[in-house]
Amino acid sequence: MTAPAIRVEGLWKEYSIGGARRSGQTLREALVEGFRAPLRGIRRAADEETRFWALSDVSFDVQPGEVVGVIGRNGAGKSTLLKVLSRITAPTKGRVEIRGRIASLLEVGAGFHAELTGRENIRLNGAILGMSSGEVARKFDQIVAFSGVEKFIDTPVKRYSSGMYMRLAFAVAAHLEPEILVIDEVLAVGDAEFQRKCLGRIGEIAGNGRTVLFVSHNMSAIRALCPSAMLLESGAVKLKGASAEAIALYVSLSREGAADIVETITPRGPHIARVGLTLSQIDHGGTLVLHCRLFSPQTLRAAIEIEIHDDAGLPVIYASTAPMAGVEFDLAEGETSLTLKVGPLPLARGDYTIHLWLIKPWAEEFHRLSQPVPFSVAHSDPCGVGFDFQQSYGRGCVSVPIAFETRA
Amino acid sequence: MSDIDFNKVGADFGAAGVAAPAAPTETRETTIIEPVRGWRSFDLKELWRYRELLWVLTERDIKVRYKQTVLGVAWAIIQPLMLMVVFSVFFGRLAKMPADGLPYSIFVFAGLLPWTFFANAVSSSAASLVGSANLVSKVYFPRLIIPLASVGGGLVDLGIATAVLLAMMLGYGLGWSANLFAAPLLIAGVVFIALGVGVWLSALNVAYRDFRYVVPFLIQFWMFATPVVYPASLAPEQWRWLLFLNPMAGFVEGFRSAFLDRPFDWRAIGLSLVAAAAVFVLGVIYFEKVERRFADII
Repeated sequence: MTAPAIRVEGLWKEYSIGGARRSGQTLREALVEGFRAPLRGIRRAADEETRFWALSDVSFDVQPGEVVGVIGRNGAGKSTLLKVLSRITAPTKGRVEIRGRIASLLEVGAGFHAELTGRENIRLNGAILGMSSGEVARKFDQIVAFSGVEKFIDTPVKRYSSGMYMRLAFAVAAHLEPEILVIDEVLAVGDAEFQRKCLGRIGEIAGNGRTVLFVSHNMSAIRALCPSAMLLESGAVKLKGASAEAIALYVSLSREGAADIVETITPRGPHIARVGLTLSQIDHGGTLVLHCRLFSPQTLRAAIEIEIHDDAGLPVIYASTAPMAGVEFDLAEGETSLTLKVGPLPLARGDYTIHLWLIKPWAEEFHRLSQPVPFSVAHSDPCGVGFDFQQSYGRGCVSVPIAFETRA
Repeated sequence: MSDIDFNKVGADFGAAGVAAPAAPTETRETTIIEPVRGWRSFDLKELWRYRELLWVLTERDIKVRYKQTVLGVAWAIIQPLMLMVVFSVFFGRLAKMPADGLPYSIFVFAGLLPWTFFANAVSSSAASLVGSANLVSKVYFPRLIIPLASVGGGLVDLGIATAVLLAMMLGYGLGWSANLFAAPLLIAGVVFIALGVGVWLSALNVAYRDFRYVVPFLIQFWMFATPVVYPASLAPEQWRWLLFLNPMAGFVEGFRSAFLDRPFDWRAIGLSLVAAAAVFVLGVIYFEKVERRFADII
């Protein structure tokens, strides 16, 4: 069994945020602190910082030749992991062993200088990425051909359009041939054509027995290029396995509810104390499940009214237990739990908010929840034909079935 | 930290596409990444591996420097020349500053050459790390290369200005003496001290963001603490050694001795060399200490 190309053991990375002491403290502050410290005693400004773990006990192996996708929600720790692997930042705890020449692509065009020509920048960027000048010279023509900027290769890069700049920058990076390649979302920039080209190139590199670690939010790219994938969540490895599995878990994680809305300033009368959604992402025709915690000083009969607003804040859907459904419910003295099912919702893809009222139908409004509950519709293809109806089309937010017949 | 067994990946290029890597053998370059504890040893081997990058970055600095100025090469000469004129008028003529028996203009010009190099090198290396923030946060290479590369650029200017000095000497009827052979040594000394100070300041700039306001003041103050516009002989004999604790003092005087055929004060140069070495070592230590936090705080 060959030794793994990358072995990560118990990796932890801590960041402290908020305290001025770590990032960009000024000399003036440092001196003042120095004078004050003996007067203040041992208690230090470190108390004011908050620390959080960007990576928690991450361990995994990557075999030589494996092409692994790295996926996860924003803030899961993907970029931090890459930075540690690329030696840009040191781990707080743990150990990494890398066997083979490794190169990282965390940004395209690192080190490009606007005043230098394309030719000079190729040399510069190549050296920065770790290519020897001999290597750069050998591959020079291929790089220029790939980038498509032959005509402008001797003009200063500041004259290039952003597209040309990107193409040149990526062309250099694309000709890196390390044994292990680590790529971070560099494909997020550029037009669709360019992204296709980049993906194609990465596919070529991956197909040649090199080890690749590929971070992306683009699930179709991951599916296409990576047989296996690793899912990160809150700094830990949730799953490393077949990419289909990892992607499915990622999708279900994304759908999980965001934090509950908790009412901080509560009136003394009956009110809604807390609302949460089990799933904050549904598809067209889906049903929302709301869990509410209600409070009342005495037993009462009440109802809930709901308005769903689109991302422009306009009401799109109305629903209520009463008067709409004609059902009131009993509120006990103290707390009552209520589960609401709203749907099916024939909504377009996009972001929405739910506004809730606790009412006595036709009589009075007990309480309006101060914050709306956000949710989103991920897919809107009512007839299952691949159509994606979006709020942003400006043609309304609701789509219903339509049937027809013609007569000759 | 790294056990390096180089395995050159031979690449044959087909007309299109990417070559497959050579079959992995047991001897492959292995890198270990671990939390950095305490003082990390200065990895000269790694620095040597990245020497090409140092060269490329130095080249970049030089090219950019000249592409941006209207005067181009002339700037290398104009800076010390203009200073010489001002100092000659105010110190030489009006204040009647002694100049070890030499015409004041050439005395001060010779002193200004190593000084200008030092001042420019230190200013640009102090700002270099913060200025390369995007590089530091995206690519790995030994960070020490960045301030080192900014120092190299000034050498071209120094070379050009030295040529002018040699010409001026002939103009003043001063011959070139055998002392000139020591010139490269003294220039090396100035480079050494510039590196030490530059590295230290560049790290300080990252750790304390307002430090960049201190640097110009520091350099100005330092100039007057160095015998550039005045001779070291101005200082009373028993206190002169204090002056030479300033590493630039010994090298500036030495540089002048080399070009203007004055006797070398080897004791002074030795003292300055020791001070320079101390600054360099401390600078690198501080730099390495801050380096591990660079990407997090830059």
